[in-house]
Amino acid sequence: MLPMVELTIFALGILLIDLWVPKAWKWIDALGAMVGVLMAAFCVWQIQSTLPSRGLVGFYNSMLVDRFAIYFWYLFLAGAAVSILASVHYLDLENEHHGEYYSLMLLSVVGMMCMAAGIDVVLIFIGLELMAISTYVLVGFLRRDRRSNEAALKYLLLGAFSSGIFAYGLSLLYGLTGSTNLASIARGISGQNAHNPVVVIALFATMTGLLFKIAAVPFHQWAPDAYEGAPTSITGFMSVAVKAAAWAMLLRILLFGLYPLRSVYTPVIVFVSIATMTGANFAALTQTNTKRLLAYSSIAHVGYMLLALIAIGTSQPGTPGFYDGFKGILIYLLVYTFMNLGAFAVVASLRQRNVIGDELDDMAGLYQRAPVEAVLMLLFLLSLAGIPPAAGFLGKYYIFLSLIESGHYGLAALGVLYSLFGLYYYLKIANSMLMRAPMEAERLPLSLGMRCTLGLTALATIVIGIYPEPFIRSVNWSLGIVQSPHVQAMMR
Amino acid sequence: MLTRAANDDDRRRTTEFERLNFMVPITTFHYLVVAAALFVLGVIGVLTRRNVVIVLMSIELILNAVNLNLVAFSRMWGNLHGQTFAVFIVVDAAAEAAVGLGILIAFFRNKETINVDEIDLLKW
Repeated sequence: MLPMVELTIFALGILLIDLWVPKAWKWIDALGAMVGVLMAAFCVWQIQSTLPSRGLVGFYNSMLVDRFAIYFWYLFLAGAAVSILASVHYLDLENEHHGEYYSLMLLSVVGMMCMAAGIDVVLIFIGLELMAISTYVLVGFLRRDRRSNEAALKYLLLGAFSSGIFAYGLSLLYGLTGSTNLASIARGISGQNAHNPVVVIALFATMTGLLFKIAAVPFHQWAPDAYEGAPTSITGFMSVAVKAAAWAMLLRILLFGLYPLRSVYTPVIVFVSIATMTGANFAALTQTNTKRLLAYSSIAHVGYMLLALIAIGTSQPGTPGFYDGFKGILIYLLVYTFMNLGAFAVVASLRQRNVIGDELDDMAGLYQRAPVEAVLMLLFLLSLAGIPPAAGFLGKYYIFLSLIESGHYGLAALGVLYSLFGLYYYLKIANSMLMRAPMEAERLPLSLGMRCTLGLTALATIVIGIYPEPFIRSVNWSLGIVQSPHVQAMMR
Repeated sequence: MLTRAANDDDRRRTTEFERLNFMVPITTFHYLVVAAALFVLGVIGVLTRRNVVIVLMSIELILNAVNLNLVAFSRMWGNLHGQTFAVFIVVDAAAEAAVGLGILIAFFRNKETINVDEIDLLKW
């Protein structure tokens, strides 16, 4: 059974069961969602074990379940599972524990899975909207909180606007090629003059939508607002799973559907990635709110990942720069999922009965109040900065490697400089945690779900950093897609 | 088969118009111009209007431009992919408007305004 079907059944089931569950027992909904995610992972595993190396095509050529899709499906499920664990106690504290929360989360995972597996722009667009609309509601889930309302409204207006521009681009692509299938679009577009104004408008409208969804700099303004106002557990979910889905969509469209136009869009990506790294790193310096600071840091990470896209766009398929760029993006998304969720889980755990806990000052003296948590936060921060023993180094290593292999020494140097620059604001959080005196004396209570979240994410961050072999092998396995003749023909 | 018949029919009508020298035939290009105009109007509306409801309406305008494009192209290519896409976009526009108005009501309850300029709690 497709994991989407299974997740949809669970999402609807949770909505029904929620009606009978008394207020103090809402963790049953979370349990249901968790079982749903685990069973979906089992479904993916079943598909994976019988998957032919070329992948399975279905639904009138609109869905391609290949290794690339499977890799991203596991990633989404991991992100959703960890976020569910982090949500249970947090929602109780916010006094907004409803079944709809978990149901919407599962539905947005369904949308993400459609985005990762779609090779037809109709399916990709529907998946995108299913994910986005579920996330709009989740961002505004604290309906009595003004900041949450405002974040949801801003996210919705800008998100719907960018989806409109994206859809306009897709409609022009359909007009140019007569098909909505990415393979046919690639074939049709390679016969066109790349400087035909309609082709350029279609490309740029499509790219606007894609860059908006990954929050790259000229289109990033929604991200800090949405991340700050959203419930912290959802901020974590958005910054990893939603972003990974947007990246899956971007890779499918830019590197499979629009690959013949790479000479037109790569210069734009160069500009956008430099602007993203610069803008995000400088904006992060002055932040006093931890969630907002981590939001800018996640925008900066998008800038590094875009560097790998440049390496892919400028090197021939089959060269090391091409593969390592792909590998870099996939590994980066994997390690980023765990380290970023861990960092946001620590911020979520600071929320207590009468403390909101998302200001930098609330971090003060965390080491005295909860030593284990403070050390884990330090680990996540070092990993985000890309310091070697932690996992974050691995993703950066492959990205800079691909840049050097494709001859972009200047961009590689710039990326390394900005990573060092980023260390400053990560250590600002660490400084507040370790060096300052605590504002409150009592120890920080930690719920069971939060302990599991922190344990899982920290374990993943350390293991991927110290023993990366199996993870690199799994990324290589998922990139078998690039070597399959079917895709090779498409990428001419 | 049906689409081809329709196309033939269309071509016959076009030649009749040309014989009468009476009107310019409506081609795909005309639809594209109207759609582009709608799209630009929508973008201007989103960027300049202060009222959130009107911003939502402008977004609907953009999606309608997309639909017009898709249906015109669908006719031009003689296949149904575009019309399928258009139906999905209609559904999506409805869902987006419903969620948007829902969020707007939640916002209005707390803040008593729907003016974009006054949504200023979160910045920098």
